[in-house]
Amino acid sequence: MAKNFSIKHQPGFTAIAATCFIVLYLPIIVLVIYAFNAASSTSEWGGFSLKWFQSAWQNTQVVDATLRSFQIGSIAAVLSTIFATMAALATTRTAPYPGLTFKYAAINQPLMVPEIVTGVALLIFFSRIKIFTGYSGIGYLVAAHTAFCIPFAYLPIRARLENMDLTLERAAADLYATPWKAFRRITLPLLWPGILAGLMLAFVISLDDVVITEFVKSGGQDTLPTYMLGQIRRGITPEINAISTAFLLLSVAIVTLFFFVSRKRD
Amino acid sequence: MATAEEVAKAAERRDVRDRWLLSAPALLVIFLAATGPLLIVLVYSFLTPGSYGDVKWQFSPEAWISVFLERDIFDDTLSIAAAHVTIFLRSIKLSVVTTIATLVLGFPTAYFMATRSEKTRDLWLFLITIPFWTNLLIRTFAVLQIIRNEGIINTILLKLGIISAPIQILYTDTAILIGMAYVYLPLMVLPIYASMEKLDFRLVEAGYDLYASRFQVLRRIIFPLVKPGVIAGSILVFIPALGAYVTPSVLGGGKNMMLSNLIELQFGQGRNWPLGSALSIAVMIIVMVALLAYVRNAGRSGVRHG
Repeated sequence: MAKNFSIKHQPGFTAIAATCFIVLYLPIIVLVIYAFNAASSTSEWGGFSLKWFQSAWQNTQVVDATLRSFQIGSIAAVLSTIFATMAALATTRTAPYPGLTFKYAAINQPLMVPEIVTGVALLIFFSRIKIFTGYSGIGYLVAAHTAFCIPFAYLPIRARLENMDLTLERAAADLYATPWKAFRRITLPLLWPGILAGLMLAFVISLDDVVITEFVKSGGQDTLPTYMLGQIRRGITPEINAISTAFLLLSVAIVTLFFFVSRKRD
Repeated sequence: MATAEEVAKAAERRDVRDRWLLSAPALLVIFLAATGPLLIVLVYSFLTPGSYGDVKWQFSPEAWISVFLERDIFDDTLSIAAAHVTIFLRSIKLSVVTTIATLVLGFPTAYFMATRSEKTRDLWLFLITIPFWTNLLIRTFAVLQIIRNEGIINTILLKLGIISAPIQILYTDTAILIGMAYVYLPLMVLPIYASMEKLDFRLVEAGYDLYASRFQVLRRIIFPLVKPGVIAGSILVFIPALGAYVTPSVLGGGKNMMLSNLIELQFGQGRNWPLGSALSIAVMIIVMVALLAYVRNAGRSGVRHG
């Protein structure tokens, strides 16, 4: 047998993995580089410049859409995290009870349905409500985003809860803590990393959504992704590269934070 | 006087009731803004289209008939709706090929990640997670810039003199395929990696001790053990690929529609909401079949390994 026989080696696997990692990052790197291109064409290099960031910054449509994205994202993230935390508390650390499986299925349901179908369904449903109530504000988008963010926020919170046993809460109860006090002083601090992870996940998911927003939004309610989709369909300008780059930086920052928060087990 | 048993029973009932109350807001929001409206789609698929979009409240099976069939405007005879069938077949074909492509690329990648040292594993996981959480539209846009006629691939090939005119990749099925494989690759890698990380390499060692070749070890030991991850990854790629909207709209241009674009068309220029609804339900049915196959498969392999 060969001297350096490694049981973990498989021929060609490392090469394929290396290719995958390069291919995953190469287009993103090219996109970022062209955001700093002075030329107005996206095919040639005209020197380093920040002018596309500047022009995006001065574009009121971009600023509007960004603010709307943040507004929807933060409301939906906070609401979905609160609801997901409550649901996680209700579905963990218990013997199976009637309806538990139903709850799992219901909470994860938005993950099982293709976005296009949810988008169409909400378009129909909300268009009826719009006629009925006359309200056509941002509330529909917030409701839709909250709903599809719940299963994402639920994941890390439930995972964290399942690793916590009830010993400390029981000890608190033995020491005459009210259930609310035990929750606030014991459960909540221990659960906090899970809740933070859920909150960030929900925010990123809301910020990234294109399809459902595209179907639910009324006129003049573009979020940053739907604005970008419209622009890309019309033809590409380096301004989109600049917006994408800023967006990427934000996502990477949130994911990095998420990674550290959810890795910190103890 | 209540016996101890009755007291315990009452406490248990109270606990279950509290748990329902706690989960009520989440369930309610999901029912109102995700699950419930699906039922309305089902109802709409059996109604008559209104003249300016929306519907007339009049029962009609027409939408379901026209999912696959076409009515001749002169003599009312039915024939196969070639355009719809083509789009259905193209969507299924592209989704299946995307799933296979991501599996062929993702399996070795997950294996590579799982066989790194404990310390560096986190770094690789982080590197695969970043694209996963990065905006899908931005990633699709990045692919567009690479494959278009003035993009980096064509520019390099032209400069090297390998081709004399740019290869038209953008606005073809190949472009959609490249884009979908690119954006969904992390969805395949992550679950396979999760299975692979738990793999007991002593079994692999035992295989080699019994004179198995590398390929035999891969096929007979590694693959069966990580099969749940492979199936989960395939489902996670197939479902969004089938309903993909962004990638075909950006990379496929107007001609190369997938199901989602056909559905969108019915709610836009087509002004045929019932047909759009019927098509949406049809997509749901395909997804449900795939999910059922997954659940059955996962159940079986769970029994075998656990």
